[in-house]
Amino acid sequence: MKRDTTLLIYLPLLVLLLAAGPLLPKWAGFLVNVSLCFGTVVLGMLILMRTGLVSFGQGLYYCLGAYAAGTLDHFFKLSDVPLMILCGTLLSGLVAFGLGFLLARYRDIFFAMLSMAFSMILNGLLVKTSELGSTDGFNVSVHSFAGIALAEQSVRYVTYSTTVTLTVLVGVGVHLYLRSHLGRMAEAVRDNELRLEYMGTSVKRLIHINYVLAAALAGMGGAMMAVTVGHIDPEMAYWTTSGEFVFIAILSGTGSTLAPFLGSTVFETVRSFAYEYSPNTWQMTLGITMLLVILFLPGGLWSMFNRQSGTA
Amino acid sequence: MNQLLAVIIDGILYSSWLFVIGVGLTLIYGVMRILNVAHGSLYALGAYAGSSLAGYWISHGYPPLGSYAALLVAAILVGLVASPIIERGLLRLVYGKDEVVLVLVTYSVFLILEDLIKLMWGVDPIFVPEPYGLLGSFSVGDLSYPIYSLALVLVSVLAGIGLTYILNYTRQGKILVAVIHDRETAATLGVNVRLVYFLTFTAGAMLAALGGSLTAPTISVQPGIGVEVIVLAFAVVVIGGLGSLGGAALGALIVGMVRSAAVHYVPQVELFSIYVVMALVLIIRPKGLFAVPEARRI
Amino acid sequence: MAQQTGEFFLEARGVNKKFGAVTAASDINVGITQHSVVGLIGSNGAGKTTFINMVTGYLKPSSGSILFQGRDITSLIPRQVTNLGICRSFQIPQLFGTMTARQNLRIPVGIGARHPGAQRMTDAQEMATVAAVLERFGLTGCADQVSAQLPEGTRKLLDIAMAMAGNPEILLLDEPTSGVSAEEKFLIMDMVMGALAASRTTVLFVEHDMEIVERYASRVLAFYDGRIIADGNPQTVLTDPEVRRYVIGEHVLGQGHAGGSHA
Repeated sequence: MKRDTTLLIYLPLLVLLLAAGPLLPKWAGFLVNVSLCFGTVVLGMLILMRTGLVSFGQGLYYCLGAYAAGTLDHFFKLSDVPLMILCGTLLSGLVAFGLGFLLARYRDIFFAMLSMAFSMILNGLLVKTSELGSTDGFNVSVHSFAGIALAEQSVRYVTYSTTVTLTVLVGVGVHLYLRSHLGRMAEAVRDNELRLEYMGTSVKRLIHINYVLAAALAGMGGAMMAVTVGHIDPEMAYWTTSGEFVFIAILSGTGSTLAPFLGSTVFETVRSFAYEYSPNTWQMTLGITMLLVILFLPGGLWSMFNRQSGTA
Repeated sequence: MNQLLAVIIDGILYSSWLFVIGVGLTLIYGVMRILNVAHGSLYALGAYAGSSLAGYWISHGYPPLGSYAALLVAAILVGLVASPIIERGLLRLVYGKDEVVLVLVTYSVFLILEDLIKLMWGVDPIFVPEPYGLLGSFSVGDLSYPIYSLALVLVSVLAGIGLTYILNYTRQGKILVAVIHDRETAATLGVNVRLVYFLTFTAGAMLAALGGSLTAPTISVQPGIGVEVIVLAFAVVVIGGLGSLGGAALGALIVGMVRSAAVHYVPQVELFSIYVVMALVLIIRPKGLFAVPEARRI
Repeated sequence: MAQQTGEFFLEARGVNKKFGAVTAASDINVGITQHSVVGLIGSNGAGKTTFINMVTGYLKPSSGSILFQGRDITSLIPRQVTNLGICRSFQIPQLFGTMTARQNLRIPVGIGARHPGAQRMTDAQEMATVAAVLERFGLTGCADQVSAQLPEGTRKLLDIAMAMAGNPEILLLDEPTSGVSAEEKFLIMDMVMGALAASRTTVLFVEHDMEIVERYASRVLAFYDGRIIADGNPQTVLTDPEVRRYVIGEHVLGQGHAGGSHA
């Protein structure tokens, strides 16, 4: 069997990122941190895409995760990093478990559109809820890590290293999942649902499982983003946010679980610099980047590293 | 009673606007299988071009009524300029790719156009309200409406009737229907699919731009006006059934009435009432109200 | 034709299927005994695939019922029918197009190993089982090619191998040799039927080549216009004048005016 090089990359990556944390300038650490949050959401999209589905409403779970984390701090003063992230992940997973019964019946553009409708409903609800700050959202602060109070100056590195560690863990987890029987079945769903049903397998159940996983990862990404950035607002559930996730997913390619993190880092870097140097053309820069990737790297950025992944 | 009347009239006005922005989207999807995210940008381009042209016309002291022609010409110009660049220059290269990739391509076009608009017109709001007030107003009971708002009703009715006529009663329309049903067979029968695609995209783009240019006098034209339009148009055509003309009309009517009722009775749900309806319709009819049944696979 | 005793392995009772005005199955009554190998013949549109689709739950009969081991399976969906031990292959191979032949087979083998009661396999054991199936069907040479790019005959074989990997009680083969070259036909059928005979699997297969029907079937059902017009051993059915006329098409005109007169 082929050696699993992906797993060999994750461990040094973890060590490198953790060690680099205190050395990186503030902006660079922030960039890495934000990229990893986005990457986690897109990692969920990758699972869905392997199943043959593209959601235009991952913002729903991203936003839910963030608001779960934010609410813990804002209303319950439970400003604990792992707790906030855990709650964000669970809430999104739970909501997806419910909605999944419905969405598992949908495919293609209809799946995309129905998920978009749900995320737009959440957006509309949040905008009209003054207790949650309406359009402006609210600030989120962090005071402890697993019950241990944090000093003001250590908060940033703690959230950074939490994000790094969790991201690497879920990266490895998803990698192993996709290589398992269940993960292979996901790809089989994308290729031929009829055949799978004729093998005695419930395609709906498979889609449901992967939908919940993707949502939980989106919730986790959202919660990590909330503790990283310290502010959340309903825009997180707006369709443009979901659009960005699809954007990063296509930019990344689905060839490897590392791809989403590469893609989100490139995306965030392009966006940050474009926004910095030319605030009126950053969207144009992103659009042109995307078109170039679609035209010349149809397998996404990852296909530069792995010829085979173009078809995956 | 008065409130109900207001709900209905507002609903009709809003539905007309929705139909104008939705019909082009469903036309393009029906023929080309592309869910065109850039539709909202074409709407915005129409709004900018319309207010510029009408503003120019009025500020130069030409007869004010001519500003309506200016709005119309602006929309046609947008279609004529944007369509060759987008369809011939870009979409042509990606036909046959996955539907989602095509959505991403048009999403990229949307991003590019958003900034292009800022580069061309700046970021400050533009007001050209003259055409709006010019025609005076009419009253229903003690409710007063500007006559201009009827313009969109007229345009939407004309667009609906015109497209229905073209599709059902003209040779070109029947060719279009053939392409919608089976492009390969249509191509082997000698239909110039390339031309059909180009004309369809141009017509869709003009309709989007027309929606924008006719709306321009009633709003302040500023960056970002296309963003909301995209999702609204999506909601309308998805409710109706993607690619269905009648569906777009029904979808526009449903969304328009629901929003109007929400605005008058429960304003706090106004923003998302539309998406609730969209979700409900998809739950009951997974492919929209007027979905085309699919053929057997095995 | 069929006794109403319920002792058959698979049985159709008064099965009808209408698509709008078209009758695809009309009063089908047939019982299949275990371990038999049954050939289904008939011109295109005679109702053979419709019959298979109804047995496997893809289509629901308009009326009538289908029984498996005495149990009514009429309203079951394909997944449930499959889990009872009824598997099928497809006229147009239904493969996992982006996967290699090996990965394709890994799916049903993996599913089989996870059935309640089945013996759990390690990854290596699964791979070994897959390799054995590939070997048995002569697919080892193209095992690591993407299935969408394989030649039609190979795709067909892979499709059948995937159906057989589920170790079914009954296997329904929908035109196993269509789209396959004349030389390959017997090769494929020898391989498939040999393996099925070894496991004493009950087989129903749709076939247009009468030579193949004669060679492999122990019983033949002739379909015409949604009905079974002849049922018996191959020699009897294939020499039946009605069958010769409507199914084998000795009178060329037969196919042309066939539709209306019996509907």
